[in-house]
Amino acid sequence: MPLKAVILIGGPQKGTRFRPLSFEVPKPLFPVAGVPMVQHHIEACAKVPGLKEILLMGFYQPHEALSRFLAAAQQEFKIPIRYLQEYAALGTAGGIYHFRDQILAGGADAFFVLNADVCSEFPLQEMLDFRQQHGDTDSFVILGTTANRTQALNYGCIVANADTQEVQHYVEKPSTFVSEIINCGIYLFTPAIFQHIGQVFQRNQQELALCPYLGEESSNGWQRAEVIRLEQDVFTALAGSGKLYVYKTDGFWSQIKSAGSAIYASRLYLNQYSQSHPERLAQNKPGGPIIRGNVYIHPTASVDSTAVLGPNVSIGEGVTVGAGVRIRESIILHGASLHDHTCVLNTIVGWDSTIGRWARVEGTPSDPNPNDPYAKIDSETLFRDGRLTPSITILGCSVTIPAEVVILNSIVLPHKELSRSYKNQIIL
Amino acid sequence: ATCPRRWRPPCASRSSGSASASPCPTRRSRWAQRLSDSRRPGAVVAPGTPRRAQAAPGPRLGCPRPRGDTDSRAAGPLALARDLLAEGGEPFFVLNSDVICEFPFAALARFHRQHGGEGSIVVTRVEEPAKYGVVVSEPDSGRICRFVEKPRVFVSNKINAGLYIFSPGILQRIQLRPTSIEKEIFPAMAQDGQLYAMELQGFWMDIGQPKDFLTGMCMYLQALRAQHPEKLHSGPGVVGNVLVDPSAKIGANCVIGPNVTIGAGVVVEDGVRIKRCTVLQGARIRSHSWLESCIVGWSCSVGQWVRMENVTVLGEDVIVNDELYLNGANVLPHKSIAESVPEPRIIM
Ligand SMILES: Nc1nc2c(ncn2[C@@H]2O[C@H](COP(=O)(O)OP(=O)(O)OP(=O)(O)O)[C@@H](O)[C@H]2O)c(=O)[nH]1
Ligand SMILES: [Mg+2]
Repeated sequence: MPLKAVILIGGPQKGTRFRPLSFEVPKPLFPVAGVPMVQHHIEACAKVPGLKEILLMGFYQPHEALSRFLAAAQQEFKIPIRYLQEYAALGTAGGIYHFRDQILAGGADAFFVLNADVCSEFPLQEMLDFRQQHGDTDSFVILGTTANRTQALNYGCIVANADTQEVQHYVEKPSTFVSEIINCGIYLFTPAIFQHIGQVFQRNQQELALCPYLGEESSNGWQRAEVIRLEQDVFTALAGSGKLYVYKTDGFWSQIKSAGSAIYASRLYLNQYSQSHPERLAQNKPGGPIIRGNVYIHPTASVDSTAVLGPNVSIGEGVTVGAGVRIRESIILHGASLHDHTCVLNTIVGWDSTIGRWARVEGTPSDPNPNDPYAKIDSETLFRDGRLTPSITILGCSVTIPAEVVILNSIVLPHKELSRSYKNQIIL
Repeated sequence: ATCPRRWRPPCASRSSGSASASPCPTRRSRWAQRLSDSRRPGAVVAPGTPRRAQAAPGPRLGCPRPRGDTDSRAAGPLALARDLLAEGGEPFFVLNSDVICEFPFAALARFHRQHGGEGSIVVTRVEEPAKYGVVVSEPDSGRICRFVEKPRVFVSNKINAGLYIFSPGILQRIQLRPTSIEKEIFPAMAQDGQLYAMELQGFWMDIGQPKDFLTGMCMYLQALRAQHPEKLHSGPGVVGNVLVDPSAKIGANCVIGPNVTIGAGVVVEDGVRIKRCTVLQGARIRSHSWLESCIVGWSCSVGQWVRMENVTVLGEDVIVNDELYLNGANVLPHKSIAESVPEPRIIM
């Protein structure tokens, strides 16, 4: 039974909540727990028996970093991986429909679709088993998880038959409570899905024919007939038809919308590494830094033996960490340099940035409420009531922080050379 | 005794007998520090000669005595101690405890003897006299004509520095009731031609508030640099004027100074950066922390990778957990701080 997987990676206009980090690298390649965000997806797909090909789909221009990553990943996971570029943003279903021949080539009789900006255990085999068990091998499966009643409103909400798990109702980001089962952005489809997307496409074409000015005036492409949203356009219609099922997982899951959620997602993946990739977790050993909890250190990084790292720290390629440095709940991107005695907490330190000695760079975590097992991370907006909401601190690429200052809850745009302390500011 | 609010933390739990917590190794500075550190609220009264005054073990008298233009009641205690002070007929010093200068006791005693009046007060020049009560005196003799509270036009640029010497005769003027020495006794003495002003040389600072205390400490250390540079600390990692008690321990890779005073038995671990701070006896600063413009109270423990700044004041025996940031925190004694204080506030 040949299988395929499609990873929806979006494009440059997406990932705005990930700025300024998405200026340097496409968000899907941003490192989470030491490896590019979508590598976690690829690893999970590569483990599924019979999965023949992975297709990354988005509207990024061909990109050197992306090609290099794909080449390396093909090597490492021994599976063909290709990038399919949409000619415009076609929405979460438009691209799949446009490239349906590519997906079906080689006789795939089922395929996964994964949003790139989620972190998950990716229980893909369990989704296959679930479909097998309820008997209708021609049905579609959404991976669902439980949210709390308030946060569920930020997601696609699913009402399902308690016995059969058949989806009876689907609504994307409702304004009132519908269900606490939410869409994880991970799906299992059969080729029959293209008929359903095709119907939406035809309806769009007819509507555009009736009011042609809509098509002409659109400059952003959203009025094209080819732009189709899987959630609002397809799932909503499929609900109650007996074709759509939800498989609920209790495994970890989070969206990765804001930079703050990248730190949270790193924590989830680092936890998973103790099972899946113990070799990626740094150990306390003589002559090495002091490790507290889960820490990833790239083999090329140079970390002083008096530094104290963790929990939840990822140190990128070629990073230098000086004597007496403390890092906790942070991501240090490649080429950055942390001088002696610096203290870095809840921060993303951008590529090739430098932090002078005794500087303190600190953010405020936006972790989900630890007392609520179903709480999700809030993909906070930058401003609330006209004020910058306290968030993790982000240093863009090639930022220079002088010695002895404090940078608190701030976002520093790339190439800035600061000369003093900053708090709760966006430094442009 | 209660303390003025503004200086609560370091003194709130200290009894007047604990003045030995001085961070300074020299006698002179210990003296000054003792006064300011323990924030002894009462007038300091030491009978006899200037020498004895310096060696005095700290006052046996004490009463709440807010300084400056607040209601002053310093005179009452003098009446209380009438017998002690009148003993031997010698002049005695009276000092406000919350000022710092070079304390010219010998010169003041000489000046007092020379003019033969009942009292002498030390005055210091200020740039903006309109903010203070000023002293108008005769240029040559120094005899005080009058006091003018917050003058609207310029009459003098000299203010009361809070250092006095009196002959026992003054005691006749004071009754056993709350009395402001500045407002009630001095004007009468001036009227009678019994009060003289001696102008202070060098620096002077009212150190009644923590912020000013730190400024006063900087001035004091600068004066020490000029007069007794050998008392200041030097060596690798020491920057500018730094005073370190010989019993204090400072770790490797620290940078201390400028303007730091480190008290007896203090332990500063490796990789610590301190500038413009007073660290009182028995405190411990753990490795890689960074402190600027702080007063660290007796026996405090400041954790690793702590950053404290902007006039953070820790009372006695405060514990600051690792990795915290304290910005202008005013922490009462015996507190344990487990969360950062990103904006200035009082921690009770
Ligand atoms: N290929 C492709 N991928 C897309 C497109 N739009 C979104 N995506 C990707 O699809 C996934 C889900 O994106 P959205 O539906 O925009 O996001 P969401 O999860 O609904 O959250 P919101 O941003 O709050 O709407 C992400 O990984 C996006 O990068 C598109 O037009 N083409
Ligand atoms: Mg969506």
